[in-house]
Amino acid sequence: MRTLRKFALGVAGILGFLITWQLLPTLGIVDPAYFPTATATLADLGQQFRDLEFWRNVGRTLTAWAIGLVIATVLAAVLGTVIGLVPFLRRATHTTVEFLRPIPSVALIPLAVLMYGYQLQAALVIIVFASFWQVFIQVLYGVADVDAVARDTARSFGLSRGSRIVNLVFPTALPYLMTGLRLAATVALILAITAEMFIGNPGLGREIVFAQSAGDWPLVYALVLVTGILGVLINLVFRMIERRSLSWHQSVRGEEVL
Amino acid sequence: MTLYTSTVVTPRRRSRAWSKLGESTLYAIGLPIVLLVIWGVWATLAPATFFPPPLEILDAFIETWIGPAFLTDVLPSLGRLAIGIVLSIVIGIVAGTLIGLNRWLRELLEPVFEFFRAVPPPVLLPIAVVLMGPTDGMKVVVIVIGSVWPILLNTIEGVRATDSVMTETARSFALRPAERLRFLTLPSASPRIMAGVRQSLSIALILMVISEMFYSSSGLGFKIVYFQRNYLIAEMWSGILLLGLIGILLAAIFSVVERRVLRWYHGIKEVERA
Repeated sequence: MRTLRKFALGVAGILGFLITWQLLPTLGIVDPAYFPTATATLADLGQQFRDLEFWRNVGRTLTAWAIGLVIATVLAAVLGTVIGLVPFLRRATHTTVEFLRPIPSVALIPLAVLMYGYQLQAALVIIVFASFWQVFIQVLYGVADVDAVARDTARSFGLSRGSRIVNLVFPTALPYLMTGLRLAATVALILAITAEMFIGNPGLGREIVFAQSAGDWPLVYALVLVTGILGVLINLVFRMIERRSLSWHQSVRGEEVL
Repeated sequence: MTLYTSTVVTPRRRSRAWSKLGESTLYAIGLPIVLLVIWGVWATLAPATFFPPPLEILDAFIETWIGPAFLTDVLPSLGRLAIGIVLSIVIGIVAGTLIGLNRWLRELLEPVFEFFRAVPPPVLLPIAVVLMGPTDGMKVVVIVIGSVWPILLNTIEGVRATDSVMTETARSFALRPAERLRFLTLPSASPRIMAGVRQSLSIALILMVISEMFYSSSGLGFKIVYFQRNYLIAEMWSGILLLGLIGILLAAIFSVVERRVLRWYHGIKEVERA
């Protein structure tokens, strides 16, 4: 009953949003030339769904997103584990990390364009730089979070270094890694589309810029809707992965009991 | 007893505090210096067009940014950024509290908000620039529209998650709604609100840079792209360096504010851990 009510209210909210959107241009509150109605946009969106080129662009955006995310995650997990486990490295890299991390990745767009031109590699530089830190910092925290008693127990039971990493460090760091991965997936999508818009490698972002310069406003809004839907989907999928891979963990089990 | 201990205790080395300080300074600046030296040597041995030596970048930094450019390009950018951030925080917390306290409203709006949060903020720029023109107001509006969502949604979530026992206690002690808000709801939501603010800061910075890079003829972002298009490589690097410094400054301000606002919270966490 409660979930039904929540669902109904959610649907009502979305409908209300669409009706407001429909009314704003119809009543002339905003210029309909630059702000098409919801129906016009959704009609255009339906047309896009039947267009193969649209799906190719979705594919291009998601390819850049996936490659960037995988590179960033692997790099960050490996570096984070090594640096997190060695106190000397952790202390020595602290200031460098704190300096590099706040640099906004879009500041690197000009550099990436100079190095790779208007290509996928330039976009990957931006995507990897931004999502790397999300995972890296989480892994660093996670590796440092190993319970002291568990660590000493493992040592006195004579577990080898490798087995300690597999059986102790990895399970401890996994929840952190998953949180980092979810954050990184969102950030990587934002930067994949930003890169397409402003570097100009093919994909949804570039289509938005093209549609804007062509004055095709329903298409601009339809594509913006698509990027939002992609964002929601990625968020949902990664939340699910997080829940699945941590089904043994206290925080997830706790949720289900309540 | 004293006889034995007196032989065991060794005099403390006087310079210990100093050597400790020296050690941590060495740790702090060691790696950056090593990296810079490697970069410098590399750039002199095998000059790469796009990676000028660090000293050249430092020269360019002083020449480019210290002087009138600071007033004409850097300060306006920072001003827009600051206004955008403050507006996002105020709007996010006020609206978030109102929506979070009202369950009906919350369930009505949450799916729509989740969607807006998921829209990558830079796609708003082409729309905003046509609706409002490439003005300062447009840039501030884009910063606010892009970065308000994490704060808003985290505030809703934080307000909703207020401990029910405490709410009822506050009610039975006859606290007025305003008092309840000030002493219970907002403090208990503040860890989540601060987490939202942290996310918003980086989005705001990204939007400031992007909006200037492509829809402006002044400002920090514009300058960096200008240098890149004119192959002024060292100047371009100096701009990236400046953006990095601004990012660090923002992070530092945030951590000071966070420590003040959440002092009680970190205290509790420490006690729980011990």
